[in-house]
Amino acid sequence: MFKFLFDRDTWQELYDSISKNKMRSILTMVGVWWGILLLIGLLGSARGMENSFNRLFGDFATNSVFIWTQSTSKPFKGFQEGRRVRLTLTDVEKIEENIEGIEFVVPRNQNQSLVVRNLLSGNFSIAGDYPLLDKVQKKKLIKGRFINQNDIDENKKTVVISEDIYKQLFEKDVEPIGKYVRINNINFTVIGMFDSGNINMGPSSDIHIPFTTFQQIYNQGEKIGWMVITGKPEYDIKQIELDTKLLLKNMHRIHPEDERAFGSFNLGKAFGRMTGFLTGMQFVTWFVGIATLIAGVFAIGNILLITVKERTKEIGVRRALGATPFEIKRQIVVEAVFLTIVAGLFGIISGGWILIAMDKYLGQGDDAVFVNASVSIGVVFIALIILVILGTLIGLIPAFKATSVKPIEALREE
Amino acid sequence: MLKISNLHKSYAIGDSSLHVLKGINLDVENGEMVAIMGSSGSGKSTLLNIIGMLDEADSGDYILDGLPIKNLTEKKAAVYRNKFLGFIFQSFNLINYKNALENVALPLYYQGLKRKERQKQGKFHLEKVGLLDWAHHLPKELSGGQKQRVAIARALAANPKLLLADEPTGALDTTTSYEIMEFIQQLNDEGKTILIVTHEEDIAEMCKRIVRLRDGVIMEDKPVNQVRASQYV
Repeated sequence: MFKFLFDRDTWQELYDSISKNKMRSILTMVGVWWGILLLIGLLGSARGMENSFNRLFGDFATNSVFIWTQSTSKPFKGFQEGRRVRLTLTDVEKIEENIEGIEFVVPRNQNQSLVVRNLLSGNFSIAGDYPLLDKVQKKKLIKGRFINQNDIDENKKTVVISEDIYKQLFEKDVEPIGKYVRINNINFTVIGMFDSGNINMGPSSDIHIPFTTFQQIYNQGEKIGWMVITGKPEYDIKQIELDTKLLLKNMHRIHPEDERAFGSFNLGKAFGRMTGFLTGMQFVTWFVGIATLIAGVFAIGNILLITVKERTKEIGVRRALGATPFEIKRQIVVEAVFLTIVAGLFGIISGGWILIAMDKYLGQGDDAVFVNASVSIGVVFIALIILVILGTLIGLIPAFKATSVKPIEALREE
Repeated sequence: MLKISNLHKSYAIGDSSLHVLKGINLDVENGEMVAIMGSSGSGKSTLLNIIGMLDEADSGDYILDGLPIKNLTEKKAAVYRNKFLGFIFQSFNLINYKNALENVALPLYYQGLKRKERQKQGKFHLEKVGLLDWAHHLPKELSGGQKQRVAIARALAANPKLLLADEPTGALDTTTSYEIMEFIQQLNDEGKTILIVTHEEDIAEMCKRIVRLRDGVIMEDKPVNQVRASQYV
């Protein structure tokens, strides 16, 4: 059946027919070339953006919600509105016990304090944290380590600072690890330095000290500032947020419909919006790319139709010499498929070049818009298969046109 | 070889129809060389096209070498054309981007022969028409007579039972015409059955039998004393 593909004559015919209409063949191939170039370029960019989003979000457990307290907006059970509520460690325990699908709850505390190092000083927000925070908000440590359980257990006076803080408090080229900084007039040993990155998802802080130490020096007791709740991957974080708020309202005697009492930032929801946007973009990409491809393939069909018209007499001669209609059709379809594939391959190659250029000029560094802009081999393969199918289908039109003319009429054609 | 009885053919022209062949009866034996004559519109080309299976009759019988030719599918017609018939056209109808040898070998391609075999047979037939030295020339590099000889070689390539020539000398000057006719006569001497459509008396005289058509009927069907073309060359 496909023996003719290995026949030198098939290709000779193809070569003759194409080289006879060089300009036109090239012009038509441009259509398909452009289509596939667009497809590859757009899909690659979409992937690049997705990668860059993922890199930004990669440091966060995206199935998380931040919850903090504000003042109540409704009177309830004898309390007036405008009451300030405070979260406590008991709330954290209750949440962990009662809410379904919780991975962990990280209580946090935060306070503004003067931080002094030799002659340099500044007012910064200090966060009291558990080691677990590193799981929610991955810290990119440049030096040293993050707070560990030992620091918590022994109320150690250790501190992890961001690179920005380091630049403000330390002289150039001074090794920060092991040095002391004064926070609230107490000396803390710097044990780690991290890169704060370039995206802030929810409240962030630049100075982290052990949670227990924070409790002690600021006299917080059971009170906590806010908490991060991370759900198990199979649970919907929006539901967890609702459940948790309801539980907290119940415990703190707040009106169940009080919307203001608790503030929250749902990372999962924000992330979902982003991924939704990306999915939409990918859909648009496929749509545009394939529509352009179809237009290109149609152009090829059009040209073949003209070529066939021009070759009517030749086709008549061939049929008089014993070419069956099938052989004629086959040759034209092979021509169509060949043109589409060659144009498609050129498109894939030049699309690849565009992605390489994009990676070189827009894909380097931390704040790159496109990270690893690329398309998978699978996509390329699918595109090629679509091309072959489209090429075959479109080739059938001129093919049937060629054999619809009776050989006798074809021979009369001048 | 060829037996045609009561053949009718009409073409629809707008609302009316043109009755081109009105009951043709024709028998051609093996080894005959028949000229079909007639003015334009007499139906001679239509008859040749029907014999060549390029066209189909409305009614009547056509038996070629014992095979009834009726209601053929396009595919079957193509196979029969390839196997039984060799065509020689007035305007040569060589494929202009193929060289002489490729043109000659084309019917063999449709027979499914291997490339080597095609080349070999193609060369053999080119040699027969005396153009082996021109094997790799394109048609546009050949003279009219040479083109027609290539076309004859092509018609012979598939070793057909019947050669059909539609005004084979119509586009050639007298000298070249006689050269071509001399060659066709040679083929006939070797035993090929040949049908020639022509409106030139001198060409018809070089056949062995003349069939005259007028208005779709055979007016006259007579054997002639063949004039050898070689005496003019």
